[in-house]
Amino acid sequence: MLKILRKTLKTGRVTTQYPLKLAEPPEGFLGKPVIDFTKADLGKLRLAESVCPTRAITMETDGAKSIVKLSYASCIFCGRCAEAYPEAIRITKEFELAAPLKEHLVRSAQFVAGKLVLVDVPPRQPNLEELGERAKKEIYRVFGRSLHIRQVDAGSCNGCELEISALNNPVYDLERFGLHFVASPRHADMLLVTGPVTRNMEIALQQTYEATPAPKLVVAVGACACSGGIFAESYASRGGVDKVIPVDVYIPGCPPRPQAILQGTLLAIRQMKS
Amino acid sequence: MSHQVQAVITELRREFGERLDGLNAIHGNEIYCDLRTNNLDWLPRMCTFVHHKWHASFVCAWASDEREREGIYCLHYLFSLDPQDLFIIIRAAVPPELPEFPSVAAHLIAANWAEREIRDAFGLVPLDHPNPKRLWAHPDWPPHAFPMRKDFPLNSQPQRVEGDFEFHRVEGEGVFEIPVGPVHAGIIEPGHFRFSVAGEPIISLQVQLFYTHKATEKLCEGLPLERALHVSERISGDSSFAHSAAFCHAVERLAGIAIPERAQYLRMLYLELERMYNHLSDIGMIANDMAFLIGYAHAMRVREHMMVLSEKLTGSRLLRGMNTLGGVRRDLPEALFCSILSTLMMVHKELKELADLLFTSASVMDRLETTGVLTQKTARDIGIVGIAARASGLDRDFRRDHPHLQYQRIPFTVPVYESGDVYARTRIRVDEVFESIQIIEQVLNLMRPGPIRVPVEKIPGNAHALGYAEGWRGPIVHAIQTDAEGRISRYKIDDPSFHNWPALVFAVQGNIVPDFPLINKSFNLSYSGNDR
Repeated sequence: MLKILRKTLKTGRVTTQYPLKLAEPPEGFLGKPVIDFTKADLGKLRLAESVCPTRAITMETDGAKSIVKLSYASCIFCGRCAEAYPEAIRITKEFELAAPLKEHLVRSAQFVAGKLVLVDVPPRQPNLEELGERAKKEIYRVFGRSLHIRQVDAGSCNGCELEISALNNPVYDLERFGLHFVASPRHADMLLVTGPVTRNMEIALQQTYEATPAPKLVVAVGACACSGGIFAESYASRGGVDKVIPVDVYIPGCPPRPQAILQGTLLAIRQMKS
Repeated sequence: MSHQVQAVITELRREFGERLDGLNAIHGNEIYCDLRTNNLDWLPRMCTFVHHKWHASFVCAWASDEREREGIYCLHYLFSLDPQDLFIIIRAAVPPELPEFPSVAAHLIAANWAEREIRDAFGLVPLDHPNPKRLWAHPDWPPHAFPMRKDFPLNSQPQRVEGDFEFHRVEGEGVFEIPVGPVHAGIIEPGHFRFSVAGEPIISLQVQLFYTHKATEKLCEGLPLERALHVSERISGDSSFAHSAAFCHAVERLAGIAIPERAQYLRMLYLELERMYNHLSDIGMIANDMAFLIGYAHAMRVREHMMVLSEKLTGSRLLRGMNTLGGVRRDLPEALFCSILSTLMMVHKELKELADLLFTSASVMDRLETTGVLTQKTARDIGIVGIAARASGLDRDFRRDHPHLQYQRIPFTVPVYESGDVYARTRIRVDEVFESIQIIEQVLNLMRPGPIRVPVEKIPGNAHALGYAEGWRGPIVHAIQTDAEGRISRYKIDDPSFHNWPALVFAVQGNIVPDFPLINKSFNLSYSGNDR
């Protein structure tokens, strides 16, 4: 007992200040890829498209008009596109990419006869300090004191589970926001769903959703849950959570960092108000 | 050809000469042994011969659909000869007109699940199989749809059919059933457990898995190799690096190239980092499941340092995006050696203190010792691998027995415990973290500047190769077969979980239900790796 007490005192507090202090990833971090459409050449973008393992980069050509799209919902952040076309695509350190609509996760540009004519930029999501403070207020207002989360693995590779369970560790300590993982959907206000929704999990996911009392939130965590990711659609995979149940917030990443999952969760709570 | 390969080939030829169509060794240690057509009856005899003659352990079995090219299905049974660093692959043709074969599992129970998977995925029936229940296919899957056949399109959506899971019923006074899952109470993967209990003690456990089946093997057929590599990183998230290393190994053997020494050391570094973060997390979760929360908190805190280190070295907390065909994608700057060594020193010190906290606490030892015992005999018979095998007295480790990368240049010990209980499986993890630390220190010492990748240009057509790595859970084996153009025509993924799930059924017998989470965690098997 004394040994335990001494160890505890010696260790001190280890919990991060996130989101009040930002969590800057290290050099070489594989974050959000950004295409500089003003520098991009269509031919070379096609090369980037061809190396993308999840078709996050797509090109549609109709006569002289071409539309290039990059979807963070499908991106697995492997960095292959930037390797293929470093002059126009770079890997940034951005990782807090959650958005309430899938369209917000798409960057697109139109080219006519090889010339850039239009770049489509979706709205910015609120920043984090704001989310952290507001989340606490929202949780108080909507759910009384705390928000209960039920995690559902709908066929993930367990990468997302590793990062979600990291939120429970003393470093990220989810409970400081009044967020708490529960054992049953009947106790839950929010479902945190991972995986592309396999055929064999589809019915279980639907039943879990139905068992969750309203008002309820659904957050899709990771590339598979957002879009099917690398597993896409097949006889065994439905290709994303929103094919089966309605989704309130999408959190890109493969897997998302624990902070990104936290940000997405807080964003979902904010959605609750509107 | 090495002397040992020659000896094995001579012996096989002497024993089965007229039954064999071909017998050849490739890639140094793979011996392919083809049964003549119409000699399918000899398949079990040959497998048991190899198993008994060389004490070869069964690794895995798979089928492939060769109807287009050769008009047959082909069965593959892979055995490992640990002391000789050899693999024997016994192949036999199954005619499509009569899609059945004599079961090897009837003589060698380790092949039980593999043959049921072959039946569900290819429609080839193992005759006299001791437990011919469905394995992969859930009851609502149509009985005549076989997804691994080439004429079954990846994107087809067969209608669900009516059906129920086949669970055997335990009857008697006071016996009742507890169904658990597929959606579990914790943050874990989905699967269904059916307990039959009388009071607290568990009489029997039945496990229904394959909820996370994602068509991973079929998905890779025809895919460009670089893309398939990213799929291999996502077979089981906690083994991202080990699985992709096994995939790369197989491709590099196919292409007949050796990767640069520095790349081999770097792969070793990341394999050991993966082992460390998973072992630390398991030690924490085992503490959590016996309500020793202080142990959980410390283990998870230390493990978080490992994740941060991984991210610093590779750009990904799960070590993704680092492996590439022919080596690794990015070099490790010398300047980072310092942070590796200081993190390792810290982990060493912290884990020593934590182990002291755990193993000197009477309440902890009471929960750990004699809980969830897997006997050595059971472990050997059902073909258990990895840490679970070593905790039950089976001294096997691919790093030593099938040296890959530069493991043969580095002295390390393989911890083995005899008791087969949760204590042994926890202790093994602690010991292995200390071993990994000293392995990494040697790796950093021995690593010299140099190239980190070589180009992989031509992949030969109609070729095959194995790739393997000792992941943190156990050996990971991948087998790749190419078509005439050198694209993947069959990709078999063997995760240690596929072999160790049956062990859980034996380990929980007679234990009380509240100890189930603890026993389950002490194996910590991957559902995704198993289900693929």
